[in-house]
This record gives sequence, C-alpha cells and structure tokens, in this order.
Amino acid sequence: MEAKAADFKYVYDRPKSLVDVPTHYCPGCGHGIVHKILAEVIDELGIRDDTIVVAPVGCSVLLYNYIDVDGCEAAHGRAPAVATGLKRVHKDKVVISYQGDGDLLAIGTGEAIHAANRGENFTTIFMNNAIYGMTGGQMAPTTMENQVTKTTPYGRDTADVGFPIRGCELVNTLEAPVFIERCAVYDVKHVLKTKRAIKKGLQNQIEGKGYSFIEVLSMCPTNWGISPVKSAEWVKEVMEPYYKLGNFRDL
Amino acid sequence: MSDQILMKGNEAVGEAAIIAGCRHYFAYPITPQNEIPAYMAKRLPEVGGTFLQAESELAAINMVFGASAAGARAMTSSSSPGISLKQEGISYIAGAELPCVIVDMMRGGPGLGNIAGSQSDYFQATRGGGNGDYRVLVIAPASVQELADMTVKAFDLADHYSIPVMILGDGFLGQMSEPFTLPEPSGKTFDKPWALTGAKGRKPNIIASMRLTPEDLLEKHNLELQKTYQEIEANEVMYESYLLDDAEYVIVAYGTSARISRSAIGELRKEGIKVGLFRPLTLWPYPYKELKAVSDRAKKVLTVEMSLGQMVEDVRLAVQNDSKVDFYGRTGGMLPVSEEIIRKVRSYGG
Repeated sequence: MEAKAADFKYVYDRPKSLVDVPTHYCPGCGHGIVHKILAEVIDELGIRDDTIVVAPVGCSVLLYNYIDVDGCEAAHGRAPAVATGLKRVHKDKVVISYQGDGDLLAIGTGEAIHAANRGENFTTIFMNNAIYGMTGGQMAPTTMENQVTKTTPYGRDTADVGFPIRGCELVNTLEAPVFIERCAVYDVKHVLKTKRAIKKGLQNQIEGKGYSFIEVLSMCPTNWGISPVKSAEWVKEVMEPYYKLGNFRDL
Repeated sequence: MSDQILMKGNEAVGEAAIIAGCRHYFAYPITPQNEIPAYMAKRLPEVGGTFLQAESELAAINMVFGASAAGARAMTSSSSPGISLKQEGISYIAGAELPCVIVDMMRGGPGLGNIAGSQSDYFQATRGGGNGDYRVLVIAPASVQELADMTVKAFDLADHYSIPVMILGDGFLGQMSEPFTLPEPSGKTFDKPWALTGAKGRKPNIIASMRLTPEDLLEKHNLELQKTYQEIEANEVMYESYLLDDAEYVIVAYGTSARISRSAIGELRKEGIKVGLFRPLTLWPYPYKELKAVSDRAKKVLTVEMSLGQMVEDVRLAVQNDSKVDFYGRTGGMLPVSEEIIRKVRSYGG
C-alpha cells in the first residue's frame, strides 16, 4: 500500500535557527552536534532575535554561517573580550562565546579567565577535542599525555610540555561564575545532557545571573587519525577519565 | 566665548570623548597616559557609560571591537608598548570595517624604553603595525585645545568612514595642563545598519574580517577599502601653515616638536630670517601636495622630530628633492632644543 503524506506526522525537524546549508565539518566531528544543540536551545528559549554569537579562530570560525543569528568573528583567543564589549553595550541580548581548546586555554587564557572572573553575563561553550583541528593536528593545551600530534610526534611528554589543562577546574577556582559543567557528545545520552547544560547556561544569562561555562569533550577523527566510531570511544576511554564529566557549580 | 578651563591633555581627551558621545571605554594602565583611564573611571559612570579596566591591551582593543560591532562609540587609549600589543586588534577592526578611536600618547622606545614623551612611533601609527593592506586615520594635535577638538572630530571621522582613527600625542602633550575651551558636540549622527543588535526582523548581520569564498574575495574587499582610503586622502587632509607666505626656509614638524619649532621661528624672524612652519595635523592622510607647493618656493626644508627620522620619509616623498631636505631629531624621550633649530636654520644662509 502506498503511503500518503497525510499518514505521517512530524515528530522531528531541523531547528529553525540552524541554517539549511552543508557544514564544512569532517565526518564524526563534534561541532555539528553542538551547533545543532545550540540552535535547538535558541529555538526553545525563543531568543533567535536577541542572540549574538562570537565565533573563534579555529574550525568553528564559520559558526555564524550555520546559526541564524547575528554573528561576530574574534581574533584567536579574543572571543571573551569581544563578547565582553558586545554584552556591555547590549545588556539585554544573549551573547555566546564559542571557543576551542587552543583558543580558550592557550592563546586566549588571559581573556577567558578574566571574563569569567568578572562574571560577565554571557555564556561560554568550550569545545575540547584535545587537538588543533584547523591547522592540521598540532598539540593543544588539552592534548592527552602521550598523545601523538603533528607537534608531539613522539607523544605528549609531560616532562617537556606539561600536562593537559582542565578548563572547568580552572574556572571553578574563581568566585564569580554561576554555572560550570563538563559534558560530552559521544553518545545520545550525553548529547542530551550537553543540551540541558547549554540551555541552563543561556537561561542563567537571560535571568541576569552571570557567567556560565560549559565544556564539551568532542571528537576530531580527522586529526586523531581514527574513525568516527573509534573517536567516540576514545573520548570515553581516554579523555573522560582525565576530564571528569559533571557539574562543578550551579548557583 | 565659552569659559576656559584648565586640564591635563589626557583628561581633556577623556572629557572630549564623553562630549562626542563615547560611552564605552576599555584600557589597560600604562604611563604616560594613566590620567585617561582614571578620568574615564570617574566620569563614565556619571553619564551612564561603561569604563572597564581590561586584563591586557589585547583584551582592551578587542572589547572595543565588540562594543563597536554592537554599534556603540568606543575608545581605548595607551602608550607606545601598549599600542604594539593593540596592533592585532587594530588590523581586525580595519578588516571588519569597524569605527573606533585609539589614543596613543607616545613614549620613548624601543622596548620598555622610558616614560618621557616621544615621537618614535610615527611609523607604527601611519604604516600600521598590524598585518594586511589597511590604513588608520592618524591625527596629531599640538595643544590641549586641539587634543579635545580633534577627539570629538575623530569619532565623527571614524563613524563616517567606518575605520579606526588614532589620536597621536606624546607624553608631554598628555601630561601638560593648558587652559582650553570644551568643544561642542558635533551633532552628527550615523546610521549603523550593520551593527549587531539581534537579528529581529532581518537577516543576521555578520562582523568578520575573514574572506575565503570566491563571492567574497579578499582582493575585492581590499580594493573597496582602498577606495575609502582614497576618499579620505582627497577630503580629510589637515595641516597648519605659520609664516609660510614669504618663507625661504620651511620647518616641518608635528605635535610637541611643532611647538618648539614655533618658538625657534619667533627668534629667527627677529633676525630677519624668512622661516615658517608647516605642521601636518593629519599624518595619514599626509599633506603631500600642500607641502610640495610650499617646499617648491623654499630653499631648504628642515624636519624636526622627537625620533631619529620617521616623518622625514614622508617629507622626502612630498618635497621630491632630497638635497633640500634636512633633519634634526632627538630620541629616547628627549626634546629638540630651540637653539639647535636656530643654529641649523642660520647655517642655511651660508
């Protein structure tokens, strides 16, 4: 029997705030998942007309092409400073600083820590995939011990270049932030948890509570040199024991 | 005539920015411009503005980027080493075609140098220390009055052309107190349909300097920027002539050096030596044509700077006759000496 359109009912659709274009992301990359989550949350909170995203230097620099809201590029590491400037002008808008690990914990550590310390009323989404994606797979501040990258060809030697930095724990030493949570997107359960955390971060901002920091452990199959499925497993088995998932603060 | 008040140059810049409608100021402390952040910290809350002491010069200029992208009039200030740190942000602001005002009260360099006034960052200001084919409109006032007047004008120029405008002073100008009249607001308003305000009822606005796609070629964008720069070169050149009508000798100087040159000219005129001053007020765009016309009638052109020879390169480009061009400069935070200028000019007479 032939099915008719009338026989079907819509149970799922592309979020309205997610622009209907192909992304430039590699198969298995976590950015697409988090972009979609962000678009869904923007729809659910009804803030499409009031949101400004700040895109970092890194793979997600084109974020503003995928989310249907006002967008601003920032120089490498400077997204929290740009977001500060935007938010200080538009106190009633929702400002999101979307940053990678090199951006937030290497070149932009100062900006990230001080925006958090001031308790700027914006939301940071921190994508930690333990590697520099856009430049072709160099060591990130969050690269795991012994992890092989283009610039740690013998594995990350902690005696030489130090240990991976834990973003949530660092931010958790500060007084001002109101919400700090580390999430992952390697399976559906964790994707849903990530969505709840991002939604909470944006709600905090809407309510004027202050700074929220959401770290997402993400996959980079291309630069890790393993398949998307293996990458999801790698987050769970290698990253998660060092970067403990969970909420650090919820005021 | 309005009443005159007494203020330091640095404070006058702050008050003028507020008169111009600037309500967002971000900076990091550095001598010799610390009176600007101190003044803004006190005054901006009184007028409902935002003063924020940034964690670094990098952060400050990027906060300016954000505030400007949001559509607000924004300013930062610093001095030479701090301006070096801001260069990245200035390049991005130029690339993204955002307006802003940057104040540089120059001090001695290179490196940490010292905290005395200097003019050794002419190259940095006019040639740009950031990457890429871009320009910054550079205004070099020579008095507290001019610092105030030009700060108001700088905001209008920045908004009109959507470019960064720099007020280039030095530690002496910033620190000196002079009576001056507070400038009036210009009353000009500028539409900013590109500003990030939330995309209500419209397509999203994007503020970016990256251009990767064939439809949005970087070369095409840079050529458009160039058109703006040509328009500025055609319309915004500012300079002052002093006793040039009969001048056989021309001194070219800006800012503090021009003040010292002016007193030397007074002495030389008493001796009957026909000497005058050509003072560029915009360093970019530089008054090449105007200086060329003046120098064609002169026997000698002496450039006086608080550097070891930076603006003199523009003077050579203007004069187009190297044998006519002489130079006198002091460096490392030292001032040119009037007697030395007098001695030099006297020597031209044979």
